Amino acid sequence: MKIPYFPGCTMKTTAKNFEMSAIASAKKIGIEFVEIPRWNCCGVVSSLTSDDLMKHLAPVRNFLRVQEMNKAEAVSENRLLTLCSMCYNTLSLTNNRMKENADELQKINDFMHREDENYAGSVDVVHFLSILDEWGFDKLKIENPLKNLKVASYYGCMLLRPKEVGIDDPEAPQIMEKLVTAMGAESVEWDAKSRCCGSYHTVKNIDLVKKLVSGIINDARENGAEAIITSCPLCAFNLDVRQKEMAVKNSDFQTMPIFYFTQLLGIALGLEKSDLGLEFNAINPNEILKKYEKIKGAK
Amino acid sequence: MAKKIKFTDKTTKFLEKIMDLSGEQVTLCEQCGTCSGGCPFVEEMDINPSQIMRLVMLGQEEVMESQTMWLCASCYTCTIRCPRKLDLSKVSEALRQVKLREAVDNIDIAEIDAAEAVKLPTIALVGNFRKFTG
Repeated sequence: MKIPYFPGCTMKTTAKNFEMSAIASAKKIGIEFVEIPRWNCCGVVSSLTSDDLMKHLAPVRNFLRVQEMNKAEAVSENRLLTLCSMCYNTLSLTNNRMKENADELQKINDFMHREDENYAGSVDVVHFLSILDEWGFDKLKIENPLKNLKVASYYGCMLLRPKEVGIDDPEAPQIMEKLVTAMGAESVEWDAKSRCCGSYHTVKNIDLVKKLVSGIINDARENGAEAIITSCPLCAFNLDVRQKEMAVKNSDFQTMPIFYFTQLLGIALGLEKSDLGLEFNAINPNEILKKYEKIKGAK
Repeated sequence: MAKKIKFTDKTTKFLEKIMDLSGEQVTLCEQCGTCSGGCPFVEEMDINPSQIMRLVMLGQEEVMESQTMWLCASCYTCTIRCPRKLDLSKVSEALRQVKLREAVDNIDIAEIDAAEAVKLPTIALVGNFRKFTG
């Protein structure tokens, strides 16, 4: 499968460990991510007013690139794959709106008259987790099962809500848990898996974010988790970096490693350590990974 | 304390403005409180989400002085639970936009600590600016 891939801005900076581990895992499975040419920021958060059409332009431009890639037969899919939960949400919401409102799509196409073609509404947005699910979690060739590792799957908001774009049941998701089980790890059930981490409030309202993050991590711990996995670079920043700041301030604070789901997947698939970007995780994950000595390239 | 509310053209206009901008039929809200019950930010709010809906329904512009709309991070928890299928995230966005379109930003970018700005993910900054600046 050769699938068009939209990285988004954060995948190239604070979430490069997500991107590298995802691309390497996908390659191992037989999925090639083809980065779309001249991609632009999706806008991060979707504009929710009825009239602010201009803010939906950015996603549509990216869909046009996918349309062109399909025309040139550079890919085997007209679905646009994302890793970042926020990109997934924003691109999906705009795409749905364009597919449902021919007048609005026409306005945007008219505005982009210098493009070679109009966006026809032919692209679908898909998250990597859904692709893995479709591929079949049970078909993953697990070389290094994560035996006895207790993992809490953290969805946050953007993968699940609103319902129209959610990749799973918004109140009782199981897709990440299925992946955890497939990797040979033990999936932990907990309450906070879809509770907001404070999102972009982390810029100016750090105390609020720390309060929410503490609640999430405590809930994971109380339910027996040893690590948390996520697919959102903003959730990861809040859970990982803000958690580390709390631990630095308070030596009694018991830290919990935060992983992108693709990092654990990479370990389970037997990838080289250099493909995983573990050195970019704020809370040191090495202690918990000691049990899995088979990680290739690990010292 | 009881408050006497008089409906005028002004109150009707405000309600219509929010309903237009949000695309939500705010008057359908039956004040069940489910939104407030599940909101992850409710403890920080001066007025809870269901009260916001009530004030908008009654066209009370004082709602603009509340900090609630700025705390709402569009997590859509209330949206998926509302028994009337109302999208409160859109109502919060409409309220923010009324303010932002008067060229009143809710964040001073210059006040962000430089050391913080460097380590923040791009999505945190862009998301923040899109919700807090006009």
